Amino acid sequence: MNVQDVKIGILSVLASVAPELEAELLVPDRPLRRQVDLDSMDWLNFLVGLHQTFGVDIPEADYARLVTLDDIERYLFARLDRPQS
Amino acid sequence: MLNSSIIRKTPTDLRVRPNLNDYDLQRRMFGWDEAARALEGLPGGGLNIAWEAVDRHASGPLRDKTAFRFLGADSASRDISFAELSRLTNRFANVLRRLGVRKGERLFLLAGRMPELYVALLGGLKSGAVVSPLFSAFGPEPIITRVNLGGCKVLLTTDLLYRRKVSQWRERMPSLELVLLVGEDGGRTDIPGTFDLATLMDEADDACDIERTSPEDMALLHFTSGTTGMPKGAIHVHAAAVTHHATGRYALDLHPDDIYWCTADPGWVTGTSYGVIAPLLHGVTSIIDREEFDAERWYGILQQQEVSVWYTAPTAIRMLMKAGDGLAAKYRFPRLRFVASVGEPLNPEAVWWGKKVLGLPIHDNWWQTETGGIMIANTPAFDIKPGSMGRPLPGVDAFIVRRNEATGEITVVAEPDVEGELALRSGWPSMFRGYLDNEARYRKCFVGDLYLTGDLVRRDADGYFWFIGRVDDIIKSAGHLIGPFEVESALMEHPGVAEAGVIGTPDPVVGERVKAFVSLRQGYDDSEALRTELLAHARKRLGAAVAPKEIAFLAALPRTRSGKIMRRLLKARELGLPEGDVSTLEGGASS
Repeated sequence: MNVQDVKIGILSVLASVAPELEAELLVPDRPLRRQVDLDSMDWLNFLVGLHQTFGVDIPEADYARLVTLDDIERYLFARLDRPQS
Repeated sequence: MLNSSIIRKTPTDLRVRPNLNDYDLQRRMFGWDEAARALEGLPGGGLNIAWEAVDRHASGPLRDKTAFRFLGADSASRDISFAELSRLTNRFANVLRRLGVRKGERLFLLAGRMPELYVALLGGLKSGAVVSPLFSAFGPEPIITRVNLGGCKVLLTTDLLYRRKVSQWRERMPSLELVLLVGEDGGRTDIPGTFDLATLMDEADDACDIERTSPEDMALLHFTSGTTGMPKGAIHVHAAAVTHHATGRYALDLHPDDIYWCTADPGWVTGTSYGVIAPLLHGVTSIIDREEFDAERWYGILQQQEVSVWYTAPTAIRMLMKAGDGLAAKYRFPRLRFVASVGEPLNPEAVWWGKKVLGLPIHDNWWQTETGGIMIANTPAFDIKPGSMGRPLPGVDAFIVRRNEATGEITVVAEPDVEGELALRSGWPSMFRGYLDNEARYRKCFVGDLYLTGDLVRRDADGYFWFIGRVDDIIKSAGHLIGPFEVESALMEHPGVAEAGVIGTPDPVVGERVKAFVSLRQGYDDSEALRTELLAHARKRLGAAVAPKEIAFLAALPRTRSGKIMRRLLKARELGLPEGDVSTLEGGASS
């Protein structure tokens, strides 16, 4: 899985929670919740969806670090099981 | 279950002497006329909430004390003293006057928890305007509905929210004449058809004559959800401050040295009554966090800001519980002495969790938009029965009543442990004075001198009240009331939807989650793609806080013979409960 796949995977989980979002308008280094209307239940569902899609455990203690799309992408990419290249 | 036990209080649990310490005596001695003397009144006569909250302190020994401390994730904290708050709110009142806003005209607020929101709320009251704070997470439809119902003349919002939720719908809001914008990133704004607030504030004078409002003049308009119709605007008057002061004293136990944090957004009545007015009336410093919920952040605030009194909500408490006790153990809260919760019943496990993890049990209390202030509460000096909302405060007389649907008469139930509707003897100062332009609906809330709350409760032999449910179909989600009709109306706007029925289904974190059942018009298939499309449609119009989380397709919805969707039956089927009386069910409509 390369960075682009991760990016697409994140957006597809996000779209399942907030299907109204216009992905091309998202600014990757700005707080996601200021750009997409997500209440606390949506946010939890989004994080649970990421766990299910990527198989990466996201302990609640890490939630505070996941603010922007870039944060989330870096976080997941660093923890993905990848074949040695 | 832990709810059979009681949390006993002993003197060692109390760091300061509670304001309410002899329940029977203080209730007996209490009178609202006497309580009103805690307020000063405007010099020269009249009563204005903002003067009592701000200027009274700004001209006395508290002038340099911090009234609000604003915290943000990517900005330095900002302290506003009572004196500065007085100047800023004077300026804002002058801005409104310069724009021609007169007494009684409506100012609506739609913004995150930024200083300008608080300045506008209080400055608006000073100018004599009627202020209506809206929840900034509302989508365009709830905004349009409320603006039109309330006859909003001035709207204060941010450039971002204006572009997203207001500008393209302005022609649907004919009463809206003036829009004041705050730059979301702190800068100036320049959008046609609007005013830049910062520029107007710069040009305004520091001094202002506060409008000589009377105690019965309309001050605040809070919208609450209806079950069969659009939201209702509950009217509150300046005299409500008497209740805000008394309940700040008895239910929140505010003392002068407290650092107080109410986590509610002013878009909801708690965030106005207890996030703005009550702490200011007591001259207490409030923490305001501009960010969304985050467990670590919240523990950090409690610790670093040395919060002593914390008023929060069950959903937040349950999310903290989910985040694990290990996280909480990294923080210390030596200054925290009282924790209260409101919004929906707090489950016994959460009350006990507070005792275990925070070192303090959580005190649930009960009130609603119409009551304007806390009515029934667990308070510091007295034992808690976890799961109970507590006992009526001084000045509040609460009863259990049964309605006779045929005659409209009620009987008061005297014996304990009987289920019935909660009723309050009318006459407390923050009681709503009407639903805007809906006198008939207002009158329906009263029988004789009793206000009927619409909440089903029971009272035990010790006088503690226990919430059981709503008598109507209103959904309680994350502490907010959601009217099924408003959600159904938005869904019905989609061309594929023939009928819609919306209910609340139990959720361990937010209490109830909104679930919609829809039947489709000819030519539409119940595909996953359509479900997603409907979800997007509803979220765009209603906003995430109101829109359904789940949509299910049915061939037809159960209706009464008179054509009303039977939400009760949808709910019974969803939860696998007995269907109850289905004698009014229209033949052939059952699924």
